Amino acid sequence: METSRRHFLKIAGISALGIGVSSPLIEAIASPDSDHAPAAAKIVTGDNALHAKQWAMVIDTRKFDSADALTPIIEACHKIHNVPDLAEVQKRHEIKWIWKEEYNHIFSDQEIRFPSDHLKKVPLLVLCNHCENPSCVRACPTKATFKNENGIVMMDFHRCIGCRFCMAACPYGSRSFNFRDPRPFIKEQNPKFPTRMKGVVEKCNFCNERLLIGQKPACVEASNGAIAFGDLEDPDSEVRQLLKSNYTVRRKPGLGTSPAVYYII
Amino acid sequence: MKTMYDKDKVIAGLVIFAVLVSFPFWYNLGKAAPAPELKLTEKAKEAKTCIKSKDAMKTEHMQMLDDWREKVVREGRGVYVAENGKSYEMSLSNTCLDCHSNKADFCDKCHNYTSVNPYCWDCHIDKKPEENK
Repeated sequence: METSRRHFLKIAGISALGIGVSSPLIEAIASPDSDHAPAAAKIVTGDNALHAKQWAMVIDTRKFDSADALTPIIEACHKIHNVPDLAEVQKRHEIKWIWKEEYNHIFSDQEIRFPSDHLKKVPLLVLCNHCENPSCVRACPTKATFKNENGIVMMDFHRCIGCRFCMAACPYGSRSFNFRDPRPFIKEQNPKFPTRMKGVVEKCNFCNERLLIGQKPACVEASNGAIAFGDLEDPDSEVRQLLKSNYTVRRKPGLGTSPAVYYII
Repeated sequence: MKTMYDKDKVIAGLVIFAVLVSFPFWYNLGKAAPAPELKLTEKAKEAKTCIKSKDAMKTEHMQMLDDWREKVVREGRGVYVAENGKSYEMSLSNTCLDCHSNKADFCDKCHNYTSVNPYCWDCHIDKKPEENK
């Protein structure tokens, strides 16, 4: 059969029109079925979750009257996060999320030559500062440590390759490395939180897992009001109220990391 | 035609080589291990349905768990609302293993059969604390 150009163009035009019209038609016919299909599964944030733009902490050191008063706070944290107790086995393998330190050790750039009796007697609590501008996050090559939406500097243990760049980058020594399998050194495992494995870095996570279910961090709960916790960006929050009415200091502010843990000395 | 030197030795050697190389195949002929049968705990049986259909869980649980860890750790979204509207806490140790508390008969059986070694359990706790001592 001989086809003229005119005939060919006619057929092509009708075909194009047919395809254009039929696909919405087919969808319209098929759509009643999809109404009966079950609703797709969703992944959401829990209703009780606490939200903030930048979680922050104010530690009122005046409210602790002895070094022993700090111990239950540390224990509360280490117990629920399955932190191994390696200090006595081998000091250099020790894992710390929150611990005690002398004033002059942690505020080395604003040293006090003659500390007050209270400062001499009672050490300070130190933990990850959850900096607003964290140097560890910039150092991490795998984004295993990252700044969360709520301001928390998080660790994704799944992604950590154990290079320890973050430990070198952190000016506060807040990070610990698992030089050995931590499991045998955990006295009592908390099944609600994973342990770590050999070869990953760990640190305080501001109890992100508790905030998701509407609970404040364990150290805050165990501190009998000496540690306040709240949103730094919210002028009405507990921490902002304390910052308003007290003189507070942060560790090594000159480095520009802007720590979110404040101390009332 | 050229003569083949040491014909007998070469052919004998080739036969021995062929037999040795194919040894695992004919030795194991007809002895394929049967696919493992999973055991469900009473709790899992009672629940009747998992968070997705059985087939979907069989084929997709690894992608799902990978997705979950991202959502929970990195995005802070920790509640899974299933197709039937039921909500679940997204936790391997506390939700999955709550029903499937028989890890050896449920997870390990298939993983061993297919020779996969997921390292979930290096960190996620798979036993109840009282059994762990």
